[in-house]
Amino acid sequence: MLSRVADSLYWMSRYLERAEYTSRTMGVHLNLMLEHDIGSGGSRWPRVVTALGSQDKTDGEDFAAAESYGLSQIVNSIGAARENARQVREQISSEMWEELNRLFHESKRIGAPERFRAQPFDLVHTACESAHLFHGITDSTMLHGEGWQFIQAGRFIERVQHTARLVDAHFEEFHRPGLDPASAAEHMEWLGLLRSCTAFEAYCKVYTAELRPERVAEFLLLNAEFPHSVRFGVERLGRALDAINQATARKSDRLAKQAGRLAAALSYTPLEEIMSSLHEFSANIRRLCGQIHAGIYQVYIAYPIEAALGA
Amino acid sequence: MTPAFDTSQHARFEDYWLDGAYDEMFGADNLPREHYRALHELLLELPLAEMRRRKQSADVSFLHQGITFTVYGREEGTERIFPHDLLPRIITSAEWETIERGLTQRITALNLFLCDIYNDSHSLDDGVVPREIVYSCKHFRRQMRGFSVPKNIYVAVVGTDLIRLPNGRFVVLEDNLRVPSGVSYMLTSRQVMKRIFPELFRKAGVRSIDHYSESLLATLRALSPQGRPDPNIVLLTPGIYNSAYFEHAFLARQMGIELVEGRDLTVHDNQVYMRTTAGLRRVDVIYRRVDDDFIDPLTFRPESTLGVPGLFNAYRAGNVTLSNAIGTGVADDKALYAYVPRIIKYFLNQDPILDNVETFLCSEPTERAHVLDRLDRYVVKAVGESGGYGMLIGPYSTAEEREEFRRRIQSDPRNYIAQPTLQFSRAPCFLDGSVEPRHVDLRPYVLYGDKITIVPGGLTRVALRKGSLVVNSSQGGGSKDTWVLH
Repeated sequence: MLSRVADSLYWMSRYLERAEYTSRTMGVHLNLMLEHDIGSGGSRWPRVVTALGSQDKTDGEDFAAAESYGLSQIVNSIGAARENARQVREQISSEMWEELNRLFHESKRIGAPERFRAQPFDLVHTACESAHLFHGITDSTMLHGEGWQFIQAGRFIERVQHTARLVDAHFEEFHRPGLDPASAAEHMEWLGLLRSCTAFEAYCKVYTAELRPERVAEFLLLNAEFPHSVRFGVERLGRALDAINQATARKSDRLAKQAGRLAAALSYTPLEEIMSSLHEFSANIRRLCGQIHAGIYQVYIAYPIEAALGA
Repeated sequence: MTPAFDTSQHARFEDYWLDGAYDEMFGADNLPREHYRALHELLLELPLAEMRRRKQSADVSFLHQGITFTVYGREEGTERIFPHDLLPRIITSAEWETIERGLTQRITALNLFLCDIYNDSHSLDDGVVPREIVYSCKHFRRQMRGFSVPKNIYVAVVGTDLIRLPNGRFVVLEDNLRVPSGVSYMLTSRQVMKRIFPELFRKAGVRSIDHYSESLLATLRALSPQGRPDPNIVLLTPGIYNSAYFEHAFLARQMGIELVEGRDLTVHDNQVYMRTTAGLRRVDVIYRRVDDDFIDPLTFRPESTLGVPGLFNAYRAGNVTLSNAIGTGVADDKALYAYVPRIIKYFLNQDPILDNVETFLCSEPTERAHVLDRLDRYVVKAVGESGGYGMLIGPYSTAEEREEFRRRIQSDPRNYIAQPTLQFSRAPCFLDGSVEPRHVDLRPYVLYGDKITIVPGGLTRVALRKGSLVVNSSQGGGSKDTWVLH
């Protein structure tokens, strides 16, 4: 497969994942805000934009700034996903293209700033629903070969980083002595965290509706069966990388080791240890993801020509 | 079967007219020609509502397949569906036989000519074509001198534009020897038509064109450098913003070869590689749909980002085949066109089977004076342009347009030729319930590898605007499926 094609598929998938989690997270907090926030919203928006990956403090300085940050991230991510798909239209199924193209045009309409301010949930729902549809279509219409594996790799690397960031930002704010997770206001925030990962219903099936911080952490980080947990994503990412490695017959030792380290961190770190240094744990996951991303580029996409000729 | 709609109404023929131009359907006796009889009967039989339904079904099918092209000039290239007329253009096997022989002769001679001017130049020494015409052509590439291409085949893929004159004979209007396009419309429209008119196909006996992609692949394989077996063949596209991108993706998929952009290729030690996830893979044959000028910034236009630096040197080193070869545009220059009959005579010692259209070269003082006196009667064309741009159609022009062209011709005579305004043939078109004649041309596609292959058919382009003589899709033209009968 051409490196350029792999690159486009990988980014198409990453951007769509980004559009989806940004929509969902914005949706959850716009919802929470309606009943809970008085005034500017206090610490909510700085926390949300940080969880969404913003490095710029002004993005979360008030509700209006956070709203426009979230909106532009959703709309731009959809646009970028579609632009990447457009570059490789003949490599994906026409059903995939049509769905992404439909989402793009719809997002232009319901994501216009005026419209979004009045009816934000239209865009939020449409983006999440369409992303789900897209992945279903992808699974059922595309060859599950190398290209499909790059789509999986992009999707899960993006998801893992997001979940890790989200948990980190939330625990820093709400997992402190003196705060009671069972109080009405706090409870809603913990619920919001789970909902940002579509995890509430699944959590209930495992632990009942009683929300305890260490259980929430365990569920979102370490659960092996829940598709938005970090461990699940890392496992899928590893599988995709394995399959790509086999399909291309490249001996990418380093990439396999990095994926292995990440998987080991999630399989073998005791929960107590994670809880005592959650911020470092999350940062470490994100750092390893960054290395894997760089590794994918070095091995498959932007490798130096001399190295490839020498091999 | 009881049709649910009004069956008493049929496609109207009231607005059909016959005059000096050759009509593809009706003969001199105003009766349908033998090979059009089945279509004519169907038009009389089928209720109008059913015709409309079929037309709509065909349009929807083109829309869904995304068969579009880009129109330049207006706000950043608007994407449009290629207009398609429902009624096929039909050619008899005898007519086709002449076309086939004529095109085979022409491509053979033009290949010999290209090989000659880039090597020994005998034809120039012998005065067959004036040196100035060749060397002043903007598509002449001196970088190609003294280098022989695999099997001496310069043009492997050709789309020649033919028109039919009032006497019923086909003549050549233009040779397209660089990167001719449109073949995907020929192939996709046939698929649609088979669904729309199954009964007519059965009755008429239409020859198949399905083997085009396979023949193209075989042609490219035959040009493998140093006769390498099992060459890695790729299609080089300028990318998604190119007006023919649909065709590039379509052909690559049909042939099962990789669709690459310049940035996917890299040259090392005069070998061309494509960058894949499994490492670099050598490329042997490039079916390039990128113009000469843009193909290698080190050799041609330095600002090009579509090409591959170093590609031309790898090509000259004989490590990769480019098809068509670089510099073939010199032989489809509109001024050189006037010399093609002499080229055929010189290289093959034969008379041309397909004639040229009478052409006046504005670079010749007497011919220029003749044209300038009669601008209202001639079609004036810029020699380097294609796609119907840079053209004056005398009888339909305004006085200002004629003055503008007079100035242009006088300041750069080499750049212009003139041809009489031709009454080229008309074929019936289904236009909103009524059947009316419109001017058509014909572009068959010729492939030259181990042998010459011409799939029986081509792209019939039609000037859908009433009275218009311009068939280019960028100027209100459309297409028709072309049927060659058994």
